[in-house]
Amino acid sequence: MDWVFISATLIAAIRAGTPILYATVGEIFTERAGVLNLGVEGMMLMGAVSGFVVGLKTGSPWLGALAAMLVGGLMSLIHAFVSVTLRGDQVVSGLALTLFGSGLSALIGKPYVGVPGVRFTAVKIPLLGDIPFLGEILFNRDPLVYFSFLLFPAAWYFIYRTRPGLHLRAVGEDPATADAAGINVFWLRYLYTFVGGMLAGLGGATISLSYTPGWIEGMTAGRGWIAVGLVIFAFWDPLRAAVGSYLFGGVNSLQFGLQTKGVTIPVYFLQMMPYLFTIIVLVFATRERVRRRVGAPAALGIPYIRGER
Amino acid sequence: MTAQDVTTRGQGRRWRLRVEERLVRPRWVNIVVPVASIVLGLLTGALLIWANGVDPIAAYKAMAEGAFGSRYAIGETLVKTIPLILAGLGVSIAFRMQLWNIGAEGQLHMGAIAAGGVALFLPQRFPGVPAWGWIVIMVLAGFAAGALWALIPGALKAYMNVNEIITTLMMNYVAILWLDYLVNVPWKDPASLGFPLTAVFPKELWLPRTPALFFLNERHRVHLGLVFGIVAAILMYIFVTRSKWGFEVEVIGRNRKAASYAGMNIVRNILIVMAISGGLAGIAGMAEVSGIIHRLQHQISPGYGYTAIIIAWLAKLHPIAILLVAFLFGALLVAGDQLQISMGLPMAISFILQGLILFFVLGGEILSYYTVRLERK
Repeated sequence: MDWVFISATLIAAIRAGTPILYATVGEIFTERAGVLNLGVEGMMLMGAVSGFVVGLKTGSPWLGALAAMLVGGLMSLIHAFVSVTLRGDQVVSGLALTLFGSGLSALIGKPYVGVPGVRFTAVKIPLLGDIPFLGEILFNRDPLVYFSFLLFPAAWYFIYRTRPGLHLRAVGEDPATADAAGINVFWLRYLYTFVGGMLAGLGGATISLSYTPGWIEGMTAGRGWIAVGLVIFAFWDPLRAAVGSYLFGGVNSLQFGLQTKGVTIPVYFLQMMPYLFTIIVLVFATRERVRRRVGAPAALGIPYIRGER
Repeated sequence: MTAQDVTTRGQGRRWRLRVEERLVRPRWVNIVVPVASIVLGLLTGALLIWANGVDPIAAYKAMAEGAFGSRYAIGETLVKTIPLILAGLGVSIAFRMQLWNIGAEGQLHMGAIAAGGVALFLPQRFPGVPAWGWIVIMVLAGFAAGALWALIPGALKAYMNVNEIITTLMMNYVAILWLDYLVNVPWKDPASLGFPLTAVFPKELWLPRTPALFFLNERHRVHLGLVFGIVAAILMYIFVTRSKWGFEVEVIGRNRKAASYAGMNIVRNILIVMAISGGLAGIAGMAEVSGIIHRLQHQISPGYGYTAIIIAWLAKLHPIAILLVAFLFGALLVAGDQLQISMGLPMAISFILQGLILFFVLGGEILSYYTVRLERK
């Protein structure tokens, strides 16, 4: 193991982990409010395509990322309407959102397959970027990576240490009590489903504007589902979500690392690793949850009906 | 009785959407909601297609012609219906127990791989076995492989309560990569000129075509898999409505705790249901490769396993209704093919329509539990 290899692997882990981190933190907000949105994959795909197209048309990756957030958020509102207002089944609604998003993104993106577009470029942070070894890994990245570095600690602080964060958790744990305390359960469920959608959209745009710039049909390759799995691994905690996302990124980048090292495992098996990794991680997380008695938000997936117990 | 108000302001007056729980579920909802959902889904889809610069009328016309326009077209729709029936039945039995098996796509792939492996390698070694014997073995192999693939997440769920939504879904990606590996490396046909294909199965091992019924012409490709699907639907109908086991599945699905207190073995039932669920999807894969494709290749399914989920849901998990709904979605898939061929549109459009229909069904569900009225305060 030489330093160059380690450094390259860590950089690749961060790059591959960032899109998942956005989606995972977004889904944590949504699930903390008691809404299970399995449409992450669909929202990421729509974010990826709209981010790419808007970036291409305006020449600005920033506008692309903003558009992706907006589109992801709008997608999530369909789910919010079906599951919060109409009290439909959240599992099926999320699946519908994923199917819808993958179809629509393919239709919208059809003329853009293989078209070169814009991308975020690395910006070296003065001083911090000059730290030997770590500077290159952490502080010579693109703005989307920096924003994710700020996001997950901020999300943790918000959820566990602020009053609105307390309201968020209350709505997901015990909506009837939250309602009695004067918290608007419906509004907050809509709001955090929207936040989750925005972050999933941004995660998608991170793929199409930074990780592998460009658009290909179905380019998220199951990352939305992996994010849903990582939420469980993370115990609905953004800090653990970061650990999970970068671990995933590491596994993902290891396949390329091994290939360049001349390891002769067929590429198909290397490509299986992230999915198998997700299953294994889920098994361990489930065991640990049982041991430590950490539960999902108690009202997760259950529509709130005022006056019913 | 509970009521929830959604207030909006319209021209200074206060309107409210009153949602009240129904005391009796009317039967008409079970028919009206799915039909209206399909219509509304197609209409909304037309808007989206139009917004993307394609004439929706021309698109739907091409789709209708592709799916129903000729006797051959109807045959093709039936061809796509076959795997949808089998996978849809598989998904429905799991959903009945509130087991979210989203892995039919992967189970279908594993069934296809197992059946393909039998067809490619075993007949030369054991020449004494008659062709029908091999077909039976292929069906069993397909069932077993699908069942085993479903039993991995099934066992994780039964013994450790690991979330089956994620695990079954991850297994899909792994199964597809397995198929890709096999057709690209060890099972690749040397004569395939670099394409990811295996050799063609021996002709006696192709699932025989059904007799040309009155609406099929002689070129039709409808095969015996249709009979498998119909038989499976009838058997499942009998099991879920008439057997003690069907009752257990229903009770466990509705209230796991109550079922457990009543002495039902939850772990065993999860394993059995997952095995049957995956096994049926496995037979779907077997039927598709043996009846239609006649070899293994990269891409054997246009998302049958995902469409199956919608079918099961739309049919309210009723085995006989699944036959009908599968035919409708078979038509949608053929129509999607037609769009790709005649208008160069991505086949994924049928996913847009599937998603939209599902949203409307979910939204419509509220009508069966609640009455919704807009009234002025």
